[in-house]
Amino acid sequence: MIPPQESPPKEVSAPPLPATRTDLRAQLRPLLLGVPLLTLLTGAVFPLVLAAFARPLFPDRADGSLIVRDGVVVGSELIAQNFSRPGYFHPRPSSAGDGYDAAASNGSNLGPANPKLREAVRDLAEAYRHTNGLPPDAAVPIDAVTRSGSGLDPHISPANAALQTARVARERRLAEEDVRRLVAEHTLGPQLGFLGAPHVNVLALNLALDRAAPLSAAR
Amino acid sequence: MRWLEYAVFLGLVVALARPVGLYLARVFEGQPTFPDRILRPAERLLYRLLGVSPEREMTPGIYLLSFLAFGALCTLLLFVLLLVQQWLPGGPDDRHLSTPMTPDLAANTAVSFSTTTTWQAYGGESTLRYLTQLVGLVAQNFLGGAAGLAVGMAFIRGFAREKATTLGNFWVDLVRGLLWVLLPLSLVGSLLLVWQGVPLNLSPYAEAQTLEGSPQTIAQGPVAALEFIKNFGTNGGGFFNANGAHPYANPTPLANFLGLLAIAIVPASLPITFGHMVRRPRAGWLLLAVMVVLFVAGLVVCDRAESAVPQRLADLGVDGGNMEGKEVRFGVGDSVLTAVVTSNGATGSYNSMYDSYQPLGALVPLLNMLLGEVVFGGLGSGLYSMVMVALVGVFMGGLMVGRTPEYLGKTIGAAEAKLVALFALLTPLVVLPLTGLAAATEAGRAGLVTNDGPRGFTEILFAYASCMANNGQTMAGLNANSVFYNLTTLLAMAAGRFALATLALMLAGRFAAQGRKEPTIGTLPCDTVTFGVLVLGTVVLVGALCFLPALALGPIAEHFQP
Repeated sequence: MIPPQESPPKEVSAPPLPATRTDLRAQLRPLLLGVPLLTLLTGAVFPLVLAAFARPLFPDRADGSLIVRDGVVVGSELIAQNFSRPGYFHPRPSSAGDGYDAAASNGSNLGPANPKLREAVRDLAEAYRHTNGLPPDAAVPIDAVTRSGSGLDPHISPANAALQTARVARERRLAEEDVRRLVAEHTLGPQLGFLGAPHVNVLALNLALDRAAPLSAAR
Repeated sequence: MRWLEYAVFLGLVVALARPVGLYLARVFEGQPTFPDRILRPAERLLYRLLGVSPEREMTPGIYLLSFLAFGALCTLLLFVLLLVQQWLPGGPDDRHLSTPMTPDLAANTAVSFSTTTTWQAYGGESTLRYLTQLVGLVAQNFLGGAAGLAVGMAFIRGFAREKATTLGNFWVDLVRGLLWVLLPLSLVGSLLLVWQGVPLNLSPYAEAQTLEGSPQTIAQGPVAALEFIKNFGTNGGGFFNANGAHPYANPTPLANFLGLLAIAIVPASLPITFGHMVRRPRAGWLLLAVMVVLFVAGLVVCDRAESAVPQRLADLGVDGGNMEGKEVRFGVGDSVLTAVVTSNGATGSYNSMYDSYQPLGALVPLLNMLLGEVVFGGLGSGLYSMVMVALVGVFMGGLMVGRTPEYLGKTIGAAEAKLVALFALLTPLVVLPLTGLAAATEAGRAGLVTNDGPRGFTEILFAYASCMANNGQTMAGLNANSVFYNLTTLLAMAAGRFALATLALMLAGRFAAQGRKEPTIGTLPCDTVTFGVLVLGTVVLVGALCFLPALALGPIAEHFQP
């Protein structure tokens, strides 16, 4: 932060001790003025100064990374939305509100010994195998059958995407190789090579699929 | 890969401890620093407006009263703001605010944010106006953090000074903490968060039409204004209900990593500030070393518990670590690292849901909070909590060899020993009866809407431990927005902030008034490995004696539950 200086110049060192003292009455004004004044400094001036820099520099991010297609807001790059059609990659299950409610973020909060957790994971795993045409004993990537902390996790793991690739390719009449390439293009992380885990953005990937082979035209 | 991230994080924190620690010492000793040219005029202006004479210092009593009165007035202001927020202009639209701001919730939230606990019995996007989030919560994140840092500095001065009657000036420490530390770095940090994707707007909630054609309402707001200072001020309460798990609050692993550094760097540097100001740098490094050992121990246990395939799901054919309640971009590694950093750092900004952690995984954050957050800890409070543990260790060591215990040349006489003991016992004295009360009453058990059995008990214990430690993180399966929980957690939060700081300042006042004894052959040296082991042993021993029975009913019982 600064070059450490062990021995500062003498004339500016700490105030001499014992210092002059202040009394209790003298604290009333700093208290009564300080609370509102510092509240405004930190709660109003600070956000305004921040906005003056951040909003012009990163306008899209500041406005929530919303994605507009044909003049319609179709969602946010950072917020999961539900996909259930077989031609789309599916996000993780959600417990935000009634599912993917981006005004009510939440996890399931089910404890590891809660029977409801086991039942949910069992049902979700069965449904996942069925949807993707996997044998009943196939291992399922755990992110596909567990609910994220926010319920709005916009990502799935590369392993989860790989198991959905064949289904999406078939529905879109695309070569599996092409879909795999799209998945790879939308796979991020670990950031800077060591932060976090690899992840695939579901909405961005599905938008790219719609551009490559529109669902309605394929059918 | 996750171990590389753990190592880089810890390496950065330790590498920055010295430069940051020395910078803090210069800031709070009023010595020249590089941003002086810009900040000195602003500082002088503030003093003139507030009527503060910066060269006049306070006795421990006046310092304490100023801190308490400041906290009380901040609480009152926020309480009023919360009660009138329904009439405030601006978003979000009333139809999104489904949680009513009852007086008990407002009181709880006011105390919660003025004490840096930032326990949230509500979900941000369904309860609060943007204006409340900014003028109420963002401001308190700064002010509470700065006030805690001020008390930490006054505490250090108690050890640094000899035959002194004063501990500094609270207003000066407050203003310097804000201008030299919290505000400028928060500006940079928040800007980086927006770059990573955190929104900063006052727009209405966005109405989207999804690709499959259904409507989706997406909460917006001035999120970035809160999300950096919530970590940097060791507060932790997030803009949204899911806090750091929400992809708007914490969009990328890099944003998460910045948040973790923001939590740990200043508290981890304060031992170095301490060592520098008492002119015993090695004693400061030793405290930091003890913190690092405890940190690594917790990290290893939590990582082991969470990275394995969940034991009770293994036969269902799932592959991977425990991802219930975790986000894919973070994976198990970032989630576990965040759990350990936030639970040690008095910062409740979790990015994964503890209620879905494995029993031993959840035990680690719980224990970190119960031990008083001595590893890094909150701004200021972390240091005095760690020194208190060292004092307990010194006292026990003194008893063993039959000599009057001393630490850094300060004698721990009968009065000092009583203050130290009270400090050490206050956490169990508050947390355990309240947990018992909640577990024994209908009103308390009514909060268990998601889980029961040992996990339900752990939720309750976790809530009071979190509030007493001024941490604020939660096992969110507990429905804590009831009159019972709002009032009992309020009590724990106030005790954790004001009672512990009172004891710390009283002790600092007594030490400041003492001279300094020269070390003799019989003095227990406080910068050796032996002393480090003694302090470590004290942490573990005191923690085990106080909390083992409660932990046995919660996470330990659950671990062995079929």
